This record gives sequence, structure tokens and C-alpha cells, in this order.
Amino acid sequence: MMIGAALRVVTTNNVVHAALWLVVVLSGAAGQYILLAAEFVAITQVLVYIGAVMVLFLFGTMLTRARIGAESDLNNSYKKLGIPVGLIMLVAMGLALTDSFGDEKLPESATVVSTQEISDQIFGPYLLPFWALSFVLLAAVVGAIVLARKD
Amino acid sequence: MNIFSGETEVLAPLATGWFLENAWLIPVIPAIAFALIILIGKRLPMKGSELGVLSMFGSLVLSAGAGYQWIQRTNSATEEQFVAPVIKSWNWWQSGGFEFGIGQHIDGLSVLVLFVVAFISTLVQVYSLEYLRGDRRYTHFFAALTLFSGGMLAMVLADNTILFLLGWEIMGLCSFMLIGHWWEEDANSRAALKAFFTVRTGDMGLLVGISMLYFAANDWTQENLGLSGFSIRGISAWALSGEPNSTVIMIAAIALFIACIGKSGQFPLHTWLPDAMAGPTPVSSLLHSSTMVVAGVFLVARLYPVFYVGLDIPGGGGNLIVIIGGITIVISAALAFVQNDIKRVLAYSTVSQLGYMMLGLGAGAWLPAVFHIFTHAFFKACLFLGAGSISHSASHHSFDMKKDMGGLRKVMPITFVTWIVSTLALCGVFPFSGFFSKDEIIDNVGYNGYNTFMIIGLVGAFMTAAYMTRATYLTFFGEPRGASAGHADHGDAHASHDAHDNHDSHDAHDTNSASTPHESGLLITVPLMILAVLALSSGFLNATPFGESWERMKLWVEPRPAEVIEETHSGGPGESLIISLPSSEEGAAKTVCGSAQPESGVCYAPKLKHAPFKWSKAMISMVIVFLGIAISWILSVLLFTKRDPRLVGLTQRVKVLGFGHKLLVNKYYLDDFYEKVIVRTVAYPISRAAYWFNQNILDGILHGFANNTRKISGWVYKNVDQRVVDGTVNNSATFTKSVGTAAQPSQSGKVSQYGALLFSAAAVAALVLVIINT
Amino acid sequence: MFVNQFLFLAAVLFCIGVYGVIARKNAVLMLMSIELILNSVNINLLTFALRNGSPDGHTFALYIIAVAAAEVGVGLGLVLLVYRNKKTISLDDLSEMRG
Repeated sequence: MMIGAALRVVTTNNVVHAALWLVVVLSGAAGQYILLAAEFVAITQVLVYIGAVMVLFLFGTMLTRARIGAESDLNNSYKKLGIPVGLIMLVAMGLALTDSFGDEKLPESATVVSTQEISDQIFGPYLLPFWALSFVLLAAVVGAIVLARKD
Repeated sequence: MNIFSGETEVLAPLATGWFLENAWLIPVIPAIAFALIILIGKRLPMKGSELGVLSMFGSLVLSAGAGYQWIQRTNSATEEQFVAPVIKSWNWWQSGGFEFGIGQHIDGLSVLVLFVVAFISTLVQVYSLEYLRGDRRYTHFFAALTLFSGGMLAMVLADNTILFLLGWEIMGLCSFMLIGHWWEEDANSRAALKAFFTVRTGDMGLLVGISMLYFAANDWTQENLGLSGFSIRGISAWALSGEPNSTVIMIAAIALFIACIGKSGQFPLHTWLPDAMAGPTPVSSLLHSSTMVVAGVFLVARLYPVFYVGLDIPGGGGNLIVIIGGITIVISAALAFVQNDIKRVLAYSTVSQLGYMMLGLGAGAWLPAVFHIFTHAFFKACLFLGAGSISHSASHHSFDMKKDMGGLRKVMPITFVTWIVSTLALCGVFPFSGFFSKDEIIDNVGYNGYNTFMIIGLVGAFMTAAYMTRATYLTFFGEPRGASAGHADHGDAHASHDAHDNHDSHDAHDTNSASTPHESGLLITVPLMILAVLALSSGFLNATPFGESWERMKLWVEPRPAEVIEETHSGGPGESLIISLPSSEEGAAKTVCGSAQPESGVCYAPKLKHAPFKWSKAMISMVIVFLGIAISWILSVLLFTKRDPRLVGLTQRVKVLGFGHKLLVNKYYLDDFYEKVIVRTVAYPISRAAYWFNQNILDGILHGFANNTRKISGWVYKNVDQRVVDGTVNNSATFTKSVGTAAQPSQSGKVSQYGALLFSAAAVAALVLVIINT
Repeated sequence: MFVNQFLFLAAVLFCIGVYGVIARKNAVLMLMSIELILNSVNINLLTFALRNGSPDGHTFALYIIAVAAAEVGVGLGLVLLVYRNKKTISLDDLSEMRG
């Protein structure tokens, strides 16, 4: 399902449709996260990605006067290049994956990673990236405001 | 010490001394003075002349000391002992198996000639102080004069033929420089060149002779004496050892004699000597009368064994030397009769007297010839200096007897007296020195079997007396003519004599003397007087008429013909010699030197015969001389003063006499022959060929080379430069541009393109990595 | 469940995202494709976190989400600005170079 949705993202001629298919992909990803015993991340994904980022996208689409409805081909001349590239990459990665991981199984009775653990990690070993990230967010906010000003 | 016992005995060592041991200093001092004069002479107060005079005086002192010690040395030897010369050799340089050394070889002959050269050089230098005052090249004159003396002294002292040759050549160079001292006048420079080239022609013989002697003698001398084939002592011994091939030694002797012909002005290379009178008078008196021209005679005397054996002198038939000598005597005496220039008379007289010396040497009269060198030097130098004195103070630098001289005996008494003394010595009048030397030559020539040549010698004596009387009459007697009469005729005077450029001294002269002839200053007259005294007295050094005890020169100078066996001796040669004498009980040792091969030991000198003196023979020559003087006097008076109509213009009236006169005036057309015939036919074609070679071949090569270079460079320009180099440059630019143009699309500014490139590259890389790692 | 399943899924999503980046004209759509890529990476991370039994992967996944959000914000701001000046957001037309 996710794959199908992703394909629709990159092939549809309607910008809004692309955004909506992206929502599908994102929520599919959240489901995957839950399967991977990452509940916190999944919730965060839903909240941040689907909630904020997609809204941003839609706002952006609206503000740039993209046509509501289908429009002419949204793909450019490199479409023909892109397919082989993608395929090559897929092949490469496939080879790598099968070669490395073979028939490895995930551990069955995996305990869900608790938020506690994640926060321990964040405020422990990975504190610096956290701070950097906060700066990045700050910069992003400021930047966005600056960029969007009318002068 | 009794040596006539026929046994070998160790004899007393010969006396030696500081002057003998260090005689090599004698030429070194003038050489150093020469260098100093050249370097600093002009800044000295007397412009370098003081260095010259002092150096010559130093050499004179050393020579006198060496002479004195040599006399002691001979006195310390026993009567028949060979007085070994003091020889010192230093190895100078080696190349190709030849060793060249320098050194000294002092024996009686060297000492004699050293003394003569040093003495006359000193006097001439003093004389030149006055004679050349104010001259434009005063310093260089003294430098050349000093160098000349150094060269001649080195030659006299030389112990090997190479050093001898070196001294010979230095003398030739200085002669050239000094004859051409006033080279601004064309005649002077031509005379200098003529002198140089004529002597050079003879020098070929010297080189050939020296090389021949070296190659022939070297083996024998190395083996028997440990000396090289250049050593004079070695060559002398070799010549008398019976070893040399008679043809080889004869050709070597002839070759060496050719050099003597050139240097000593013998026929046929005598033509340069009269022209050499173009030089200043001190030069004429030093070089061309007493010292340089006797170098040839000295060569013969020094290497006498070579000539003795090679030309078979004891044979008594007639050999090259006596023939040439005899011819020279007569032809030059004849030429002296037609000269108007007083110096030329003296020049021909010199040539004639050199002929006498050669005659003596060629006939085996070694000692009289060498003694004649000694006496001739004094009176001839005196005559030349007298001529200079006359020109300096009386005839306004003119040497023309007929135009500018006459009656000078009243105004120049000292010059007159010295002139007369020297003339009488030259003519060989008893008791002047010439009698003891020249007459001895004639006497011995006859005694040794060369009778024809003795007669030639007597004829020459007659002619000598005659022309000298003529010259004396014209100069000192009769009425003053021209400049001597006080007519200051500058134009003519300058044309026919040695020209001083410095008219200031000339005019100062005039204002002093008001252009009247007067006696010369002390610097000129004192040397004249000294020489005249010697001309008078030097004969007594070997006065044969008075018996053996008066024959000093023979005792001191003549090398004794004893066989010498040298064994290992301490302290070098001359210290002690072991002489083996043939077992003879008589007083006079009979040696075989010169007549046969020595049985044991080496001979250094041949045995010579000495004619016993008889007053009867002397009287004959004296009568002939007086006849000559008298006839010439009478004729001179008649011709020049009384203007006897029978005599005046005789040569123009009588055809035969006229022809003879013309022949003499043109010097037997020898000069014309040499210059026009020989030089033209030999030199001109060579020079023309050389010119052709230069223009066509050398220049042709050059032009061809240049043209080819031009063509090559054109080709290089077109092909290499234009095509290759420029092509590379242009094409590299074009290539870069095309690469850039090709790469341009990647800079499109399209984000998607960038993204595409990025991801495609990443894909490829990923694929590669995966494939590699699996 | 196999590890490979999740990894494969992530790979496929990644490739689709790459294709989208290359082939899309609209700037906004390109940004969306980038989101796809980021999500695939997240899946990968979490898979390995579970496999290795450590929470590091979760931490990173959270970080990535945060960064992606910031990036989209700024990116859209830029797009808006570009739109204001050029009146188009078609990437084909947004080139001033002459290549």
C-alpha cells in the first residue's frame, strides 16, 4: 500500500493529489513504526509530519497558485533518466541487503522501546545533537519569518 | 807538484770563489733592472736611466770579480791541467722526455767576453745619459739597452745550447727595438726590419744546428758524462771523442755557421749591418760593433770542437769559415771607401774586422781571434762613440763627412786624440792593441797552412788603413764644411741622420754654443778617454812579441787540450779532477785532443798550434799598414783639399773606375738582389696565394655557412615554429574551449538537473561498491 | 518478520523518492519527494534499532523528523519568495544560466 501511494506521489499530475497521497505514505510509515516497536516515534510522526508538514505543503501549494485539479505534465525532461537511476539504486540496494542480511529475523518478543529510554538517550549521549537541532529549528523559524515578509 | 810522472795523481783542487760560483747573477741583475725600468722607470728622477747604469755597473763588478777569481783558478792549476769551467745547472722544465735547464758555464772565454760586454755596456749607458737627453723614448731606450746586455750576458754564460739560443734571440729582439728607436722615420723602421729578418734567416741555421747536435750527441753525453745533448760541455767533449759521424758534425757545423753569418754580418748576410746605423750611436757602438755582432764569433769559439772536427780545420785546405771570412774582409773594406756617412764607414769596418775574427777561427787561430774580440771591442766602441760625439756637438746631428765635417781637430781635441788612438789600434800599428790581436791572426793563419788567406788578411790590413785614413782626413782635417763651419742647416741635417724630435734640447744647444762646433761634455768624453786608454794598453795582455810570460790571455783564456777523466768527486765539478796523462817523460804532454780519439777520458778542447813570433813577419805587416796610411793620406789631400784636377771626377771619366765605383755604391747590388729578386719571387706569390685562400676558401666557407644557417632557420620557422609549436598552442586553446563548451550544459542552473546528476552518480557508485564488496 | 522486509520497503521508498526528485517540475512536489526519502530512512533506522535492541535508532528518527520539519518550513519559504519574484515555480524555468 505504501509503495503504491509513493508511486502515486511521484507520478500524479495533480499537486493536491500528490500531497494527499503523501499523507497516505506518511501514515503508512507510522504504521510501520508501530510494527517496529517504536510507538513514540510513530506518534511523533503522525503529529509532526502529517499534522504540520503536510499542512505546510498545502499552504505552499495554495500560495504558489498551483492549479487545483489536474494540470499538464508535472514531470520534466529528466523523467527518462530518473527511472533507470531509481532502478539501478534499487538493484544495488537489493543486492546489498540480501547479501548482508539474508534470512535474518527480527527478534519476536521485542519489548516496546519506552519513552523513558529515548529521553535518556536524548539527554544523555546525544545531547549535543539535541542542542544543535534546537538551533536549527530556531533558525528555521526565524528564516521562515524573514523569507515570508513582505518588503 | 810534479805531474810529469805518467801516473794518475790527484791534483790540487782548482781554486774557486764566490764570484765564480755566483756568476749567474751577472745576467740576472740587468734582467731585473729591465723589468723595473719598464714598470717604474718613468717616475724615477732620471727616468730609469739610473737603474740601467747601476745594473750594468753591478754586472761589471761581478764580471771583474769573476775574472779575477778565474785568473786565480788558472794560477792554481798546474801547467797542463785542464782548467775546468765552473758549471752549475738547474733543471728548468721537462717535456716529452727533454730536459731544459739553465745554468752557467764559466771559463776563460766566458769571463773575457763577460767583462767586455759589461764594461762597454756600462760606458755606453753613461754616454747615453748625455747623448739621448730629452729623447722622446728615453726610458724605453734604457730598458732595451739593459735587456740587451742581460740577454748577451746570459748567452755568454749559458751552459746549454737552449739558454744560448734564448740569449741570442733576446739580443736580436733588442737590436730590432733599438735600431728602430726613432721609428717615426720610415728609413729607421725599415732598417730595423731588415736587420731582424736578415739575422732571422741565419737563425734557421742555429735551430737546425742545435737540434742536430742534440740528437747526435745526447746518447754519448748521457752515457759518458751524465749530461744532456744540450750541454755545451757535453757537445764539446762529444765532438772530440771521435764518436760523431763526420757528415753529421759537418752539417751541424755548417748550420751553426750560417747563424753566425747572419748575426756577425759575414758575406752574404752582411747587408743589414750598415743599415743598422740608423739607430742611435750608442746602440751602434754597443750592439753593432763590440758586442752583439761578436755573438756569432763567440758561438764558433764556444763550440769550437764542433767546427774543428766538422770542418776539418787542422786540415789546412780551405773551409767554409775561412772562405767566408776572407771574402767578407775584402768586400766590406772595399765598400768602406765609397761611404760618405762616417758611421757607415765604421760599420763596414766592423764587418771587415768580424771577417778577420772568423778567418782566425776558421784557420785554427783560436786565441788570436778571441783576443781580437777583446781589443776590437774597445777601439771600435771608441770610434763609434767618437762619431757620436762629433754629431752631437759639432755637425748638428749629421754624420755626413763630406757635407758637414772637416777640420774638427782644432775644436774637438779630445775626440780627435781618442779617434786617432783607436784608428791606429784598428790599423794594427805597434804598440796599439790591434797590432797584438790582428797581426797575430794573420800570422797564425799563415802558420797553420792557410797561406792564401794570409795574403788576403794582409790586403785587408792595407785597405783598412787606407779607408780609415780617408775617413779621418775628411772628418778632422781640411776645411770645415757645412754644419762644422757653423752653418746651421736644419733641413738637410735632419734628412740624413738620426732625428731627434725634441727640438727644445736642440735649440738649447744652439743658444749655448751659438751653433759652432765644440767639444762634447764630460759624460761623452770620459768614456771616450777610457776606451782609448784601453785601446792603447789592452794589447799588452797577450803581447806575444815579448815572450811567453807576457801571454796572459793565452794562459787564462785558452782551454787546454788535456784529456780529463772524471771520477766521482765531491762537491761538483771543478773541485778536484783526476787527470790521466799519457805516459810521457817529456815536459810538454802530448795529448791527442783534436787529432785522434782520446784513449781514456774526454777531451774538451782541441790542441791548437801557435805561431812563434818573429819580428820579421811583424815588420812586413807594419810596412803594409804604413803604406796604406801614406797613400791614402796623399790621395785624400790631393782629392779633397787641393782638388787636384787629375783626381777629381776620376770615376766619372774613366769608365772602368766608374763602373767599379757604381758597383761599390750600390753595395754590389746585393740589396737589390735580396729585395727585388728573392723576396719578390718568393714572398709575393705566397702572399697572393694566401689572399686568394682567404677570400675564396675561408670567406667562402663562412658565406656558405651563413647561407645554410639562414635556410635552415627558415625551414625551422615554417615547420617547427609555425606548425608544431603554434599548432600546439592554438590547438590546446581550441581543445580547452571545446571541452568547456562540452561541459557547459552541466552548468544549466536547473535544479532538477543537478539532482539528477547527483543521484545518478550516487547510483552508479553504489552499484560499484556493492558489486565490489560482494 | 524478516528484517529484509522493512529494509526492502525502505529501499523502494527511497528509490521512488529519488525518482521524484529527478523528475518533478514543481518545486513543492520535489520537496515532497524529499520527504519520502526521509521517511524511508526513518524506517531503516528503526528497523536496525529493533534488530540491535538499542534506542539509538529511535533518537535519530526523532531528530530526523524534526530536521525534516525545519527544512520543509524553510524550503517552502524560499519557494514562496521565488514565486513572488519570478511568478513561477517550475524548475525548468528557474534557470538564469546560459548552459
